[in-house]
Amino acid sequence: MSEQFEPNVVAFLCNWCSYAGADLAGTSRIQYPPNLNVIRVMCTGRINPLFVINAFQQGADGVLVSGCHPGDCHYMEGNYFARRRFTMMKELLDYVGVDNKRFHMSWVSASEGAKWKDVVKSTVDEAKEVGPFAQFQRNKINW
Amino acid sequence: MNNKPKIGVYVCHCGMNIAKTVDVEAVAEFASHLPYVKVARNYSYMCSDPGQLLIKEDIKNEGLTRVVVASCSPRMHELTFRKTVAAAGLNPYYLEMANIREQCSWVHENREEATAKAKKLVYAAVAKVRLLEPLQEKEVEVEPSALIVGGGIAGIQAALDIAAAGFKVYMVEKTPSVGGKMSQLDKTFPTLDCSACILTPKMVDVASHPNIDLMTYSQVEDISGYVGNFDVKVRKKARYVDMNKCTGCGACAEACRLTGRIPSEFNEGLGKRAAIYLPFPQAVPAKYTIDPERCLMLTRGKCGKGPKCMEACAAGAINFEQQDEVVEFKVGTVIIATGYELFDASKKPEYGYSDYPNVITGLELERLVAASGPTGGNIVIGEGENATVPKEVAFISCVGSRDASVGNEYCSRVCCMYSAKLAHLVTEKLPDSNVRIYYMDVRAFGKGYEEFYDRVRREGVRYIRGNPSEIFKRGDKLVVKAEDTLMGKPLEDEVDMVVLATGLEPRKDAREIIDILKLSQSADGFYLEAHPKLAPVDTATDGVYLAGCAQGPKDIPDTVAQAKGAASSALILLSSGKVKVQAQISNINEATCRGCGYCVEICPYGAIDLVEVNRMGNMVQVARVNEALCKGCGACAAGCFSGSAQQRSFKDQQILPQIAVLGAMK
Repeated sequence: MSEQFEPNVVAFLCNWCSYAGADLAGTSRIQYPPNLNVIRVMCTGRINPLFVINAFQQGADGVLVSGCHPGDCHYMEGNYFARRRFTMMKELLDYVGVDNKRFHMSWVSASEGAKWKDVVKSTVDEAKEVGPFAQFQRNKINW
Repeated sequence: MNNKPKIGVYVCHCGMNIAKTVDVEAVAEFASHLPYVKVARNYSYMCSDPGQLLIKEDIKNEGLTRVVVASCSPRMHELTFRKTVAAAGLNPYYLEMANIREQCSWVHENREEATAKAKKLVYAAVAKVRLLEPLQEKEVEVEPSALIVGGGIAGIQAALDIAAAGFKVYMVEKTPSVGGKMSQLDKTFPTLDCSACILTPKMVDVASHPNIDLMTYSQVEDISGYVGNFDVKVRKKARYVDMNKCTGCGACAEACRLTGRIPSEFNEGLGKRAAIYLPFPQAVPAKYTIDPERCLMLTRGKCGKGPKCMEACAAGAINFEQQDEVVEFKVGTVIIATGYELFDASKKPEYGYSDYPNVITGLELERLVAASGPTGGNIVIGEGENATVPKEVAFISCVGSRDASVGNEYCSRVCCMYSAKLAHLVTEKLPDSNVRIYYMDVRAFGKGYEEFYDRVRREGVRYIRGNPSEIFKRGDKLVVKAEDTLMGKPLEDEVDMVVLATGLEPRKDAREIIDILKLSQSADGFYLEAHPKLAPVDTATDGVYLAGCAQGPKDIPDTVAQAKGAASSALILLSSGKVKVQAQISNINEATCRGCGYCVEICPYGAIDLVEVNRMGNMVQVARVNEALCKGCGACAAGCFSGSAQQRSFKDQQILPQIAVLGAMK
C-alpha cells in the first residue's frame, strides 16, 4: 500500500440530523478530509443495504451510514430499522471477507458539527488503513 | 420534441465563500461536458435576483428541462430555487442541488482537493437530476386552532395573541395554575416593575378569553398527524375538586389536617401549605387542588373520622372519586413554551447549599423579598423566634452556568441582572446591610441593563471579580473563600447569608415533548430551533414552534418577543387556512407489488394499507399508500422485497446513479 493512497468514501446521511450536522460543521468552518462524499436521503430507514454493496461495487473504499441518535428519528423509528439492518450487514460483510473498517455507522445530531468531523476522520483513516478495495468491483454500468 | 433531458448547471461563487477554495470556473467547465448538460454557468450569487433570472431565462431560451444548482446546502436554498424553476414554467421538482459550500468549500482548505470534490458532487447531481420526475404539491386545509404547551409568560403571550386574532387556542399547563416562573418573582429588572402586577392581568385574560380553552393540571399525552392537522390527546389530571363548584374560598385548606406541613412549591419550600391547596393567592384558575401524593385520604384511604376538607366545603366541591379525564381535539399548529428548570445548587457541594440554611438560591431570596412570600417580605434567616436579619450578604453569580464541570457551558443570561436586582432589593429593605457580588463577568446587555448595573453599584453594592472556591462555617458566620482576581489577592469574607445565582437548565421532563413531537435538542439540552438566526422560533417539524426558555435561557422581554414571534408564525398558517404537504412521498407500483404486507408493518405512520385489486381477472392484495398520512421517510422503499415501493425523488434508480458517480470517480 503506497502512502499516497487516498480512500474514496461514500456516505449516506439522513436529512434531519446528520446532514444538518455536516452543514453545521461547514458553518463552523471545521476542517476535515475531502475523501468523503455525501448522498442525502430523508431518513436512514430509506437506505437499502444494496446501496452499500453497490457503492463498493462501483469502487468505494469505504461506506458510512449516519443518522439521528436512536430515539430522535424525525420519522419516529427509521433509524431503528437502519440500526438493525446495518448491524446485520456489518456481520455479513465481515463474513464475506470485507474488513469492518470499511463500513461504519454513526449517529450525529444536527448540533454535533464537531462530532461529524471526528466521524469523517475516523472513517477515512480506517479506510486508508485497510487500503484500496477491489473485491466487489465490477465493470462500470452505464446508467 | 425529443425526450432527452436538457440540463442546466449553475455554479455559485457565493461571493468568495465558495470561489475562495473551489475553482468555480473549472467546475462549470467540467459540468458543461457531462452527459445531457446543455448549459453550465458560474455566477457570483445564484440566489440573488439576477442569479435566479439567469436560470429562468435559460429555461425559456435554451429549453432546459432539468436544473442543477451547485451552491449552499439544500436545507438552505432548495425552496428558493424550486420557486425559481417553477416561475419559469418547469416542475419545481426538476431541481437538484450540489452542496459545495457547507460540505466542500467551508470544510476544506486545499483548493485542488476542494475543486475535485466539487466536480464529483456536481457530477452526482447531474446523474440524479436526469431521472427526477415531476411531482405535484397537494394542499390540505389547516384546522383553525392552536395548541400551546406551557402556561408561563411565553405561553400566555402566544395564547393571547392567537386568540385575539380570532382563532381557537387550547392551552395545556402541567401545574394547577398558569403563571409559570414569572409569577414567583417579586420585581423584574431593570425597571423594578412588580412582577405580579404586570403578569396577573394577563393570567386572568387567558382564563376568561372566549377563544382560549385553558387546561391546567393537565398534560399532553400524544400528538399525531402533521402540519395543519394535529390530533392531540390531553390528560386532565384529577384535582379531586369539582372546578364548577369550587369558589376558591379556602375553607378546605384551613381545615385540612396537614395545613402548614407540606413545603409549598410556589415558595420554593420556604413556606408551607396544606394537602388541598391553591399554589398562590393570585392563581388562575382560583380553584383548589388536592395533592394526591400527600393527601391522607388519597394515600391511606383514611383521614381521621372523615376528610375535614369535605366537611368544611360549603359548596360540596370535593370529590375523592374523581378520575383523570382524557380529552381529544384537533389543532392546526403547536407552540411549545414549556420553560426551564433552575440549576440544582446541591450539585456544587463546595457552596454548601445542602448543608447551611443561610445559603439560599436567588429564587428563594425572591420569595423572601416578596410581600406575598412566606415571611411577608422580611429578609430573615431561619424561622420563628430564631429568625435573624442578615447584615453581610454575598451573592455568587454563574452557579451552574458557564461551568463545564456541571455540563453547562452556556451563559444563563439572566443571573447577572437578577443578582443586581436582588442586591438592590436587599439594600433597599435592609439599609444597614453590606452587599457584595462575586462575579466572573457582568453581562448587562439589554435595554436599560447597563444603567441598572451602574445604579446598583452607586447604591453601594460591591462587585468583586472572582469565583469563590468554597463556603464554610466559622462560628455563626459563613466564610466565602475567593480570590479577588482584579487585586490578585486571596480573601476570606465573613457573611451572614449567601445567595447563589443559579442558572437556567432544560427541564428534566424535556424528553416527554421530544418523544411526542420528534423535536431535536441542541448541545445544551434545550429544544433546537430550525435555524439559529433566521428561524429561531421554528422547529424541524412543520407547524411546531418554540417560545421562551424551552429554546434557551432568556429574560422576560426576549421571551415575550419570541412568544409573539411564535404566535405570528402560527397565525400565518392559521390565517392562510391551507398548507402544502410533502410531495416527496412514497408510491407503490401495484402492478409489481406482491402484497406481502411487509411495508404495512414497517410504516411508522400506518400510511400503507393492503387493498384488493383486480389483476387480470384475479383478485389480489396489493399495498397502497395513503398520501395524506405518508411523511416521506422512505422506510417502505428500503424494506420492499420487490422494489415496488419507492420514495418519490429518492427512488432506487435515482440514487444508484449518484452512488455510481461517487463510487467510481476518484
